[in-house]
Amino acid sequence: MKKLILYILLFTAIAVDAQENVYPTPKQEGSIVITNATVHVGNGQVLNNASIVITNGKIAAVGTSVTIPAGASQVNAQGKHVYPGLISTVSNLGLVEIGAVRASNDVQEMGDMNPNIRAIVAYNSDSKVINTLRSNGILISNIVPQGSFVAGQSSVVQMDAWDWEDAAYKKDGGLHVYLPLLMARPRFGGAAGRPETDPVKEGLEKIDGLKSFFREAKAYHAETGGRSTNLMFESVKNLYDKKQKLYVHANTVKQMLIALDFVKEFGFDVVIVGGSDSWQIADLLKQNSVSVILSQMHSLPTLPDDDVDQPYKTAAALQKAGVVYCISDNDAQTRGRNLAFNAGTAANYGLTKEQALQAITLNAARILGIDDKAGSIEVGKDANIVISEGDILDMRTSIVTDAYIQGRKIDLDNKHKQLNERYQHKYKLKDF
Amino acid sequence: MCKAKCFILAFVVLMTGKLWSQTTFPVYGIADERSRHYAFTNATIVKDAQTVLKNATLVIRDGKVVAAGNNIALPSGAVVIDCKGKYIYPSFIDIYSDYGMPAPQQRQGGFDFFARAQLTTNTKGAYGWNQAVKSEVDAYRVFAADEAKAKAIRDLGFGTVLTHLKDGVARGTGTVVTLANDKENFTMLRDRASAHYSFSKGSSTQSYPNSMMGYIALLRQTFLDAQWYKNKPATEGINLSLQAWLDNQSLPQIFEAGDKWNNLRADRVGDEFGVQYIIKGGGNEYQRIKETKATNATFILTLNFPQAMDVEDPNDARFVALNDMKHWELAPTNLAAMEKAGVPFCLTLSDLRDPKQFWSNLRMAMQHGLSETAAMNALTRIPATAIGVYDKVGSLDAGKMANFIITSGPVFDEKTIIYQNWVQGYKYSVKDDLFNEMKGNYNLVLNLPSGPVNYVLDFKSSTAANLIGKDTVASKFYFDGRQVRINVAPERRPENNYRLSGLVSGNSWSGYGEDSAGTRFTWTANYGSEAPVRSDSARRRPMGSLGKITYPFLPFGYDETAMPKQEAILIRNATVWTNETDGILQNTDVLIRNGKIAGVGKNLNASGARVIDGTGKHVTPGIIDEHSHIAAASINEGGQSVTAEVRIADNLNPDDINIYRQLSGGVTTSHILHGSANTIGGQTQLIKLRWGANDEELKFRGWPGQIKFALGENVKRSPSAIGNSSNNNRYPDTRMGVEQVLVDAFTRAKAYQKAWKDYEGNKNKKGSVPPRRDLELDALVEILNGERHITCHSYVQSEITSAIRVADMMGYKINTLTHILEGYKVADKMKDHGANASTFSDWWAYKMEVQDAIPYNAAIMHRMGLNVALNSDDAEMARRLNQEAAKVVKYGGLSEEEAFKMVTLNAAKMLRVDDKVGSLKAGKDGDVVVWSEHPLSIYAKALYTIVDGIVYFDRQKDEQLQLLVDSERNRLVKKMVGEKRSGAPTQAAIPSYQVMHSCFDHQHSHGLLTIDLED
Repeated sequence: MKKLILYILLFTAIAVDAQENVYPTPKQEGSIVITNATVHVGNGQVLNNASIVITNGKIAAVGTSVTIPAGASQVNAQGKHVYPGLISTVSNLGLVEIGAVRASNDVQEMGDMNPNIRAIVAYNSDSKVINTLRSNGILISNIVPQGSFVAGQSSVVQMDAWDWEDAAYKKDGGLHVYLPLLMARPRFGGAAGRPETDPVKEGLEKIDGLKSFFREAKAYHAETGGRSTNLMFESVKNLYDKKQKLYVHANTVKQMLIALDFVKEFGFDVVIVGGSDSWQIADLLKQNSVSVILSQMHSLPTLPDDDVDQPYKTAAALQKAGVVYCISDNDAQTRGRNLAFNAGTAANYGLTKEQALQAITLNAARILGIDDKAGSIEVGKDANIVISEGDILDMRTSIVTDAYIQGRKIDLDNKHKQLNERYQHKYKLKDF
Repeated sequence: MCKAKCFILAFVVLMTGKLWSQTTFPVYGIADERSRHYAFTNATIVKDAQTVLKNATLVIRDGKVVAAGNNIALPSGAVVIDCKGKYIYPSFIDIYSDYGMPAPQQRQGGFDFFARAQLTTNTKGAYGWNQAVKSEVDAYRVFAADEAKAKAIRDLGFGTVLTHLKDGVARGTGTVVTLANDKENFTMLRDRASAHYSFSKGSSTQSYPNSMMGYIALLRQTFLDAQWYKNKPATEGINLSLQAWLDNQSLPQIFEAGDKWNNLRADRVGDEFGVQYIIKGGGNEYQRIKETKATNATFILTLNFPQAMDVEDPNDARFVALNDMKHWELAPTNLAAMEKAGVPFCLTLSDLRDPKQFWSNLRMAMQHGLSETAAMNALTRIPATAIGVYDKVGSLDAGKMANFIITSGPVFDEKTIIYQNWVQGYKYSVKDDLFNEMKGNYNLVLNLPSGPVNYVLDFKSSTAANLIGKDTVASKFYFDGRQVRINVAPERRPENNYRLSGLVSGNSWSGYGEDSAGTRFTWTANYGSEAPVRSDSARRRPMGSLGKITYPFLPFGYDETAMPKQEAILIRNATVWTNETDGILQNTDVLIRNGKIAGVGKNLNASGARVIDGTGKHVTPGIIDEHSHIAAASINEGGQSVTAEVRIADNLNPDDINIYRQLSGGVTTSHILHGSANTIGGQTQLIKLRWGANDEELKFRGWPGQIKFALGENVKRSPSAIGNSSNNNRYPDTRMGVEQVLVDAFTRAKAYQKAWKDYEGNKNKKGSVPPRRDLELDALVEILNGERHITCHSYVQSEITSAIRVADMMGYKINTLTHILEGYKVADKMKDHGANASTFSDWWAYKMEVQDAIPYNAAIMHRMGLNVALNSDDAEMARRLNQEAAKVVKYGGLSEEEAFKMVTLNAAKMLRVDDKVGSLKAGKDGDVVVWSEHPLSIYAKALYTIVDGIVYFDRQKDEQLQLLVDSERNRLVKKMVGEKRSGAPTQAAIPSYQVMHSCFDHQHSHGLLTIDLED
């Protein structure tokens, strides 16, 4: 009887609290060598039949003729493809567990002005979503707060951690501003007879207010002593010396011009997030060294007039103009697990496969300011590495078999695999 | 005065020919009876659009036309008015007015899914169940004349209107009134003149209906209920709304549809019940003129044309869609298109931003091809005939109302002035002061002390006249019909000028004047001769070329000459995915002929066929999407928990760009589902993506019907929960209640089924009364009879099992469980029940009920022997369904062939059309996709998407169409900018927001300008 209870308890534990037995891997020590691999470096290069040496979490060597350290454990990647860990640049991972369940969301603080809000402090490193992304090769994510205007600061996490401090990969890397749409509202549905407010004017006033805020913050930081602490001003200090980025969520040309204005007046390091119309002003973005995160490649065109494949082609337009851009996956139903396939689509519509890969690895790292330690398989960087049976950008062949974060071989199990397993039991679909 | 007039009018109406009559209105003061006996002579009389009488006489008496014609003897006792040079027309009629009606109460805001439902009517009294059916409202009971508003319309030339209260789906009756300034008793020509309907619930705050489908279903059911009510069923008690509905049926029936597709929808409802509606259109009928004509309806059309938008700022222009710009250009051609097609129509002032636009817009329509005859008919005979009052108004035949206008010239000429508008024999001045403004040459005589001096004065307008002596010099001139002032220097010497002041008496003016020296003298001016008439048409602006109408009226639509046609197509040497026992064949040909697959095999020959080289390419059956919400005017009728009576088929919308976009992703067939707002939703419709077809042609022919059910969070309206407290007041609020809604609905359906059976058995017995036809229960009975098949939105294992058990208990089958993300947990039960499964590949964690969704679901269900499909439920993802199939291979390890069937053959099976589509086999429909690559690869593109042997999407042609779209955009932007520069009024650029319907289940990536209407 006792046995039975224990059995039920165990079973329940696995069933209800799936993935609780997926443990973060301890720090990697010594050396691991991945051999016979097709290495997609992340910077456009492909090394055939190459090896990668990982020592104490870092990439010690990569190439076709590397020296294998004594005592190194070997991983034969014959016939497989090796990639840098994929990077999700705009994510609500760990802030939103179940989209429609309000109690499970910690993603948007109330009010318009929240520069001092920090996403990292609410990041739930035990979110069930995390492991479903890892098993598709996504190892690093930028955790972004949402907002009605100035939303707060994002932080980059590595996705194999015990808690948020453990997860933090680059803290408070950027401030996120969601620009008003600056577009007339639709005609229908308006309350009859009531004078409508002008959303364009209102939006521009809001933006003026933000500019004043930045001017005052600058003055605040220039003044020495004598003033009481202002948390909001304090929080944006790093914008002025470009230690922090300003992420401007903007899609229309008008919005993006405002983003450029922030560069001109304040000299901020500006990243446009969204950028669905960025193809229209790619040259201008290039001239102003503004980079772009295409946050939803798999989207419908803006107008019926647009090329039916316009969103798929936008990346190629930015590539051609020389804009630094990356691709993200904001999809709320798949929770970002299709990042690689968004890049794959871009590769089908004008990019080379290696360019598309770069858009979810090295370029993403550059934009997040972590390219010193992530984004490519190059010596000295963290060993964030994914091994796939085939082309990772094509769902037809993208099957991730191994992944390493900082050299730590991570467990690729997840809730979905466990539930799959559970019902194999029910139906006796395989022998146990 | 008014009372006296009334007195006389009553006399006219009741006792024409007698000299004295009585009325209930007492005489105050002294009786002032007048016969209003007038003769208008020397006029050009346009009796009706076909009959123009030159130099004719019109005689009126007691408010009616006595005679109009040439050679009419002047009657004694008539006041004679000389109308030389003037024109007389019957005054105009607007049969779509709300003149004199109280303003209906405005409903606050639009429909809000999150708001509490109002399940019953708020109308107090013995009326029907639905607040939007207001058949009992009679305009004549609430009509109150409003002289200020009457004058505004009269000044435009109108004399009679049909007015009604524009509120509700059924709006009760309209009343015909003249615009005379008189007691309502005497201006009302017909009290109950018409019955009115619309697709708008107006001030009704009741939740049902809130969709186009719901409006149509409500109309349909009300028709049936009224029939049933004829027998005065005891269970219904007194129902004044139904009684009024019945009573109103004998009147002319007018339906405000307001759009080219809605026109057809209204007409079809009418056809079903033997009613021919007069249809108030939307001004875009030209976009579907063939279908418009086929309604056989008389139309009431607006003159409200869109204004040019201010698109000088390219950032504003960016968000205005081509179809909106095209409509701006082509809307003024609508009336001409109707005339050319031979569709009878009337014109209305309603919808005009300002009634004053009537004339300018009418002239614009004429510049765009509307003939004067058609315009005249549209304003007189046709409206009068449509509502059966042509015996009273609409022409100047003897015996009709003395309703006419006197104008300075042909009424449609730009310079023509309406002097007077006579209504029921009463004169109303419009520009009466100019009535005597007899333009032309006047013989001016100045009786100077030195003797008379003669000049000729060329009277051009009330502010311009030239003096013709040795030289022709302009004068400073003032004329108001009563007074005249002239200040002129005949020899152009300012020190020698004359200032004349005089009075006007008909064609002769006289007065006194002063010269520069202060010398006074008298003067006269008498009309001499007509000024030469300048042709009006000469000044018309050249129209320039106009864009072409495309089908559909959207970017990437085809103009009539470029519509893709059915052709014989031979695809050679491809990798062919047959979905048949042959499997995937290499180096194989596919032949399509007469819209069907004619053969699959090696080295097929087909002379005359278009050959597509399939070398290195893959050919598959067209993709079939089991769960889609595109191409419909509404998706959710959420007003009640059971709405089996509503039909997606009633409101298909072929003008949806997503049809084209999805063709570009290889989709050929889509199952358009009702949304998931309620447990038993509406009837679904299977369509083929025939880009350019009309709504009827979109339908998949020979398809047995289905219906949408839904369980779980959406139907218990969890999203309306605020904090932890639910805002929901519509039953059910739990899955326990959802189950009981199903049990209850089918319990009622069975009772209903039995009642009909009993009736059919006893039909011939005395006193046998048919049960009330209930369209909601009809649909459920169809399910019980196996004639309609269920696709049931469901997620979690508890509700899936419960739904199956209810079905078992009630004796029906669930055909498809759609979404079904926990299907893998109860796949065995689903299999036992015989259900199909249609799911997503990798969605999860967007709502509570999908927290256990896994991407292995489809594979497990497949392995358990279920027929499994993958659907989109999303207009974006629908164009990548081939990739969704690939994910089942990636996660679930299925064979690629089996996976691809999940978006083709398996979907066809659950839609019960696998005898027609879903595989490549001779005899099946020619629905075929040619892919650039392996169809499960992310690198695959649909190169050709073929439906019924018609190439609706061709990737090369798409590039050409894009160029056309771009150049047409440029042309129209330039034209609009030119319009602004020319000083024409423009409006701010309005972004072309697109309403997209979704099933209220999850988010979409539909782009910036999309409003996801989760209605």
